[in-house]
Formats: sequence, C-alpha cells, structure tokens
Amino acid sequence: MDSKPTILGVTAGRPRPLSPNIQIYRPQLTSVLSIANRITSVVLSLGAVGLVIWLTAAAMGPRAYGEVQGVVVSWGGRIVLFGFTFAFFMHLCGGIRHLVWDTVHGFELRSIYISGWAVVAGSVVLTLAAWAASLLLAG
Amino acid sequence: MRSPLARAQGLGSAKGGVKHWWAERASAVALVPLTLWLLGSIVAHTGGDYATVIGWLKTPLASLSMIVLLLALFHHTALGLQVVIEDYVHSDAKFAAVIAVRLGCLSLASAGVVATLQIAFSR
Repeated sequence: MDSKPTILGVTAGRPRPLSPNIQIYRPQLTSVLSIANRITSVVLSLGAVGLVIWLTAAAMGPRAYGEVQGVVVSWGGRIVLFGFTFAFFMHLCGGIRHLVWDTVHGFELRSIYISGWAVVAGSVVLTLAAWAASLLLAG
Repeated sequence: MRSPLARAQGLGSAKGGVKHWWAERASAVALVPLTLWLLGSIVAHTGGDYATVIGWLKTPLASLSMIVLLLALFHHTALGLQVVIEDYVHSDAKFAAVIAVRLGCLSLASAGVVATLQIAFSR
C-alpha cells in the first residue's frame, strides 16, 4: 500500500483550497461590528469572572475587599475597568441591534449602516457618560 | 418551534439549536435591565467604603437582583462561549472545551450566589 487513501481521486493530506476569509476582504462597518460583538463577548466573560471575585471578596470581609478594591482603583485597574465599560456598552448596543434584527426589521442596507453607526456612537457616548457620572460622584 | 410536519418528516436539525437560540435571546433580554442596574449601582457607589457597599448589597432588592443577574449572566456566557468554541475548535478538544465552559460558568454562578447570600444574611 504505497498510495495514500483518496477521495474522488484526490490525494488525502494535500492542503485543500479554502474559501476567502476575513484576511482577504476589506474591513467594513458591518464586518467590524460583527467581530467586535464577538470580541466584546469574550472580554465580558472575563469581566463576569471579575464580578464574582469582587463579590466573594466582599463576602469574605473588609480585608479581602480592601485588597481587591485596591487593584480595582489602581491606574491599571481603572484602565481595565474603562475597557470593560466600553465592551459592555458595545455588546449591549450590538445585542439590541441583533434583537431588532431577530424581529425581521432593519435589514435594508441603509438601516444597517444607520444602526451600525448608532452602535458605535452610543457605545462611546454611554461609556464617557458613565465615567463622567462616576467621577462626579467620587468628588 | 418546528412545525409538526417538519418533525414528522425528520427535517431540520435533530439537536438543540432552536432551544439554544431562544435561551440566548431570553437571557439577553433579561440582562439589559439587570446589567444597567448593576452599572448604575456601581457608578452610584463610586468611592463608597466597605460598609456602604455591603449596606447596598444587603438590601433585599439588591440581593435578589444580583442573584438573578448572576444566573442570567452565566447562562448567557455559557451559551455564547459554546458558539465561539464550536466556530473555531474542530478537533476532539471541542467537546472537552464546551464541558469546561459549562462547568466553569456553573461554578462561577454558584460562587457568586453563595457570596451574595452570605452578604445578605450577614449581621
């Protein structure tokens, strides 16, 4: 048995041609937002782990809470928290856009671009508004 | 959601795709008010000390909201990460990865609920 197994005369093991993927196409608002929705979902999964760590520390007592809170309010922690806030609003706005699509509305090209830019603008404005409110309340 | 005819003819997927799709949407809708409540509460308690934060989490509304949030959040996370894994992992590791995500989400949700209850019933 010298010859490799074949399917329809094609030798197995040779790289098969693949259809063009994202590295071929020019990025567009639609594709970028689709990818952003997925990336933010994975980022927010890590944020959810952070929430549980924070709750557990709070339940353990003032010392454990103080240590976690120390990391949260450090500059590195604030930058990460700012990133989580933006990822949250991006995923929230993108998710609402998806829920509207699920009702079979907003599929015209014009509507897709309007809702797409609304997601971008909404995420930026809501993130800045949340941090402005937080900083104002902190005094 | 499959029509009786489609079921009888054996058409469509035999797996749980429709259930998965609906559960993802239902948890997403629940998370809209719940996550906004959490963010609003965190913003409102900026700079608050330990006693203030615990005082807030101890209120029945906050405890209940946090527990429902944790359940919806980790259910949504497990469903979403499963899709991500199924899209990129095509080896035998796929099954193990999905199980790991589910167990991880279950453990984290449980830990969060236990911590919330501990705070709620603390003196």
